Amino acid sequence: MFSRILSCDPPRSTLLAVILALIFVGLLTAPYVFPTLQALSVAVKIMVFIVLVASFDILLGYTGIISFAHTMYFGIGAYGIAIASSWMGPTWTALLVGLAIALLVSCLIAGIIAIFSLRIRAVFFSMITLAVAAAFQTLAAQLSDFTGGEDGITFRLPQQLSAAFKYFDYPFSGSAAGFNGQLACYYLLFATCTLCFLTILRIVNSPFGRVLQAIRENEFRAEAIGYRVLLYRAVAALLSAVFATVAGAMLAIWLRYNGPETTLSFEIMIDVVLITMIGGVGTIYGSVIGSVVFLVAQNYLRDLLLSAEQFSASVPLLGRLLSPDRWLLWLGVLFVLSVYFFSSGIVGHLRERTRNQERSHK
Amino acid sequence: MDWKPLAIVIAIALISLALIGSPATWLTLTIAGLAMGMILFLAASGLTLVFGLMDVLNFGHGIFIAIGAFVASTLLGYLYAAGAGGGFWSDAVILLVAAIASMVVAGIAGWCFERLIVKTVYGDHLKQILVTTGGLIIGIELNKVIWGSAQRSLNLPESWRGSLSIAGVSAEKYRLAAIVLGAIVFGAMAWTFSRTKIGLLIRAGVQDREMVESFGYRISTLFVIVFVAGSALAGFGGLMWGLFQQNITAEMGAQLNILIFIVIIIGGLGSVPGALTGAVLIGLSTNYVGFLFPIASQFANIGVMVLILIWRPQGLFPVASSRGQG
Repeated sequence: MFSRILSCDPPRSTLLAVILALIFVGLLTAPYVFPTLQALSVAVKIMVFIVLVASFDILLGYTGIISFAHTMYFGIGAYGIAIASSWMGPTWTALLVGLAIALLVSCLIAGIIAIFSLRIRAVFFSMITLAVAAAFQTLAAQLSDFTGGEDGITFRLPQQLSAAFKYFDYPFSGSAAGFNGQLACYYLLFATCTLCFLTILRIVNSPFGRVLQAIRENEFRAEAIGYRVLLYRAVAALLSAVFATVAGAMLAIWLRYNGPETTLSFEIMIDVVLITMIGGVGTIYGSVIGSVVFLVAQNYLRDLLLSAEQFSASVPLLGRLLSPDRWLLWLGVLFVLSVYFFSSGIVGHLRERTRNQERSHK
Repeated sequence: MDWKPLAIVIAIALISLALIGSPATWLTLTIAGLAMGMILFLAASGLTLVFGLMDVLNFGHGIFIAIGAFVASTLLGYLYAAGAGGGFWSDAVILLVAAIASMVVAGIAGWCFERLIVKTVYGDHLKQILVTTGGLIIGIELNKVIWGSAQRSLNLPESWRGSLSIAGVSAEKYRLAAIVLGAIVFGAMAWTFSRTKIGLLIRAGVQDREMVESFGYRISTLFVIVFVAGSALAGFGGLMWGLFQQNITAEMGAQLNILIFIVIIIGGLGSVPGALTGAVLIGLSTNYVGFLFPIASQFANIGVMVLILIWRPQGLFPVASSRGQG
């Protein structure tokens, strides 16, 4: 039963299983264990990135192609919710319509890009997605009547999801405690995240996913066996875009805001690739561990740089190197180093360790 | 020589003439487009050769463009402050000095980039894309550490500003100069490829790397030479672009990188004439569309690329290669 839920792709490492279980329980109980709004926001960001990174891993890890337009679909999802909610008012219909239109737009763009670029060489895909994503980002900032330009859009949600809406009070507790709309919103996102994660896990472990892996390993052989490589890659790109759109919608629902910097910026794209690398390419579980490690480290590292700057401010060049504005520099260094020395990621390492232990026991 | 791509460029120019109506406006736009195309070509030529020769796709190529522009801006700043130049030709010497400096620094940066970043990931496209993207980010950030993150201005010397008026049509001096310079560089490259031994080896290497190696030539040395030369040309392109736009930012490399990718995809990866045609095509269409339909200018380049790829999926000048596709 449990194995069926995980699509017969268990963590295959006791330590990994324990960490994953802890993260699951942590996210499930976060509103009660860490009741501050800031902690909740970090938890939501982790859940959003789990979906975003897992969907990116369908492409990078299982299909072996790199898309630089992943944040574009992320943005489309967020804009879909934001624009629909601000035009149609704070209703559930608006959320559904926004999500549906966003999914449609994402599929359309992803399909067109895939057909044009994957037809020739896989490297074209990376270059063309980069170009399209850049154009889309500029377009989103320019169409200010529609997208709110650089300022973005702030909108309201159905009242069932707002903090003021109280479902019930807990017995035996103070008047402040109770199950309100904010918690409902959190658990809505939690359920969406879990569902998306399990669906993605199911997809990559399906016969379809196996074909993707075959194409990744040897494109010619897969083609020779009779699989339409272009079709499989295009469908993978489409699926990846769909889940990225859902992730964008999740973020917009939590923030009640969307703007170009929040979802479209290239920095988020880099974050996504880096998290995939850290967690472990080609292991959907990597998205969970990677997101937690990265997002916690992101907060921590910025503080570290801030204090490092105060110490090194007297040394001219070092001070500028360690300034918190140069956060991206260290991210880039981390990125290159992880490609060189840590290409199997945390999950890959843990699984390898288990394999070695089992072998030495035999 | 395949004439169809050139016919397309001319057809686009003529159709735009009909749409724009005024020949004077059209000529101004065409000159601006050609100048932009030549600059893009300078920046793109190295990238396309590096890909053709070693199958290396360098997402970090834009750094060299930015480095070239910033080195020139610093140097020109000093030279102007020192009161150097003044006349047209003495200013030309100053610009030449700046160009050499940016090419040297960009070349050195290219050498470091090749040794540190690219060398370790030969033959693995996925890792190449990831590592060179990481390199691009590091490069942009180091640029900010050295030169600050604010926008800088890169001004032409006084005697090079303004425009020439010929038969009622005014054309900016610098744009004309950029076209001439681009043509000279292309001529020099064409000469190198067709008349020198190293050019012959590079062409042969693009066609069939293993065969050249089996004749006893070290293709990796050749590759480093091409990489450094391509970076230097990109640095020169950065200086030209900076003077064209009159201001430079640390992110300019990443922005131009995208244009350059479109250029080399249109031209056919690995093809130098293709890069020239693609660059001119992009330069012209950017200017025409920017004038005719400003709102669509963001997607003009991508639109041109899509149309070209429908017609010729391998680009305008497909490079016949012994290697498989991957």
